[in-house]
Formats: sequence, C-alpha cells, structure tokens
Amino acid sequence: MLQLQGLISYLENSALADNIRENDLLFPLIESVHVLSICLAVGSILVVDLRLLGLASTDRPVSRVTQGILPLTWGAFVVAVASGGLMFISNAAKYLGNGYFIAKILLIGAAGLNMVIFHAINARDLPKWENDPRLPLSARLAGGLSILLWVAVVACGRWIGFTMQPG
Amino acid sequence: MIDAAIVNEFSKWLAATPLSHTIQTTGWIIPTLQTIHILSVAVLFSSAILVDLRIWRVLQRDAPLPDVARRFLPLIWPVVLILLVTGSLLIIGEPRRSLLNTTFYLKMALLAAALALTGLLQWSLSSAPGFWDKDRGRRIAGRCAATVSILVWCGVIFGGRFIAYTQAG
Repeated sequence: MLQLQGLISYLENSALADNIRENDLLFPLIESVHVLSICLAVGSILVVDLRLLGLASTDRPVSRVTQGILPLTWGAFVVAVASGGLMFISNAAKYLGNGYFIAKILLIGAAGLNMVIFHAINARDLPKWENDPRLPLSARLAGGLSILLWVAVVACGRWIGFTMQPG
Repeated sequence: MIDAAIVNEFSKWLAATPLSHTIQTTGWIIPTLQTIHILSVAVLFSSAILVDLRIWRVLQRDAPLPDVARRFLPLIWPVVLILLVTGSLLIIGEPRRSLLNTTFYLKMALLAAALALTGLLQWSLSSAPGFWDKDRGRRIAGRCAATVSILVWCGVIFGGRFIAYTQAG
C-alpha cells in the first residue's frame, strides 16, 4: 500500500503530469482523444454484441464479424487506456478518491472478464453454430451483458466529470 | 451572421422555461443525457468509420463494400434522431453554454458535413454497387471521401468536448 502511494505521488509529481495540469489546452485535447477512442471501442464492441444477440449482421458468421472489427476495437482501446492514463496521472489521488472512477475501472474489468469467459466456454464449439442467426443462450447472455457493462462504463465516465473538478 | 443580441434574449427566455428549470435542478438529468448523447455518437462514428475503413480496404476486405454499407449506414438515421433529441434537451438545460458559443456552431457545421458525406456514400452505393470501384479516378475519389469523413467525425467529437471549455461565462 505504501509503495502504491509512493508510485501515485511520483506520477502526480512528474513533469508530464505537471504539464497536463498547468497547460489549458492539454487536458481538453487528451479528453477529446479519450472520448473519441471510447466511442470507437464501444461502438465496435456493440457490433459484435448485436451479432451475438442475433439482432444485426445475422447473415455473417460470428468469427468473421469479430475479425473484421477487432483491430479497430483493440486499437481504440489502447488509445483510450493511454489517454485515460494521462488524465489519471494529472490528478491520481483525486481520481482514486472518486467512486465513479473506481466503478468505471471495475466495470471495464468485468467487461474483459465477460469476454474471456465467453471465449473459454465457446471456443471449441463456436464453428458448429456461428453461422446460425440465433445463437446459444451463453452467447446471447455474453452479448447482452457486454452491452450493459459498456453503457455503464460510459455513464461512469461522464459522472466522473460531474463529481470531481480537475486541477 | 446571427444577431448576438437576439440569441442572447432567446437563451434567456429558454433558460426560464419550466423544462429548462427541471433539467437544471435535477442533478442526474444532464449526465444521463450526455451519456446517451455520447453513446449515439459512438454508434454513428463507429458505423461511419467501419465503412470508411472498408473503402480504404483496411478492414472487412472479405465483404463487398455495398454489403458493408448496407449493414452499417441505414442504422445511422434513427440514431441521429436520438442524437438531436438529447442534444436539444442539453441546449434547453444550458442554452448559453452552446448557443453563445462559436465552438457549438463549428460542431454543427461539421456534423452536417459528416451526415451529408454519409448520406452521399449510402446513396451512391445503393444506386450503383460498383460506384466507387469503376475506375482509378473513382477509387481515389472514394478514398478521399472516406478520409474526409473520418476527419470530419473526429472534428465533431473534438468540437463536442471543447464546447465545455469555450463556453461564455
């Protein structure tokens, strides 16, 4: 715990964090990149979720839907984490004290876990049913849960802005 | 050019309406509207960019462009409606934040351009599936349109975030 506190104050006191705090333009720019990348990550994940629910792209097998979209999802996710990380270090202690920030991180973890579990359960028999418009219950549940989790992530992100003042 | 005094009066009138009062005084309404607004942008931007990246042959090369356009572009129009409703409610809640803000008008102009480009792509591909593949010139034009579409959508999102930082006092 003490080491974590040390790391946080080290990050907060770094020249980079100082620049983000002091420069009027830097924070909004990083925030815009964050919103943009979250939009692409969430929007592209939604395409896969709607396919799992049988609501869209039903004429395409699941694996082809995911292959066509995942590079965008992962690219956007990496940029979202990087831009989010920069905002975080500019005010690390304040973010860690914000319930919505903690909830957002936990929800992202839950969304990731949901994805891992879906793959673990369905990896072997996916080729058997991935062409069907209507998928097994486990796939539909994973898709529905993913939508709910990502909507909650975006909501928490917005609430952070209303419950803590950066700077 | 819009007369600033008239916009100012209109903003004051709007802010005094019961609906605006409710939005201002109920804490959860504005963040909820903003969340729905951002999710709408997520759907629109992702749909547009997936078609743009297909035009560039970056993603979904195994599917013909008209199929990709048919999967992603028609969805845009109902979501635009949600975008406009939530956006309008946000304006009613805080009229001066946007109506007296140049960034807001820039964002609206960019949004109009983005939607016009999306409509053009959708229309061209549904009327002639090979429209952007006819010859070298068309392929280059298609890639230009896709690039402008991506840039304009990025501009919309930057504009949206910068409204918060450029509002009048």
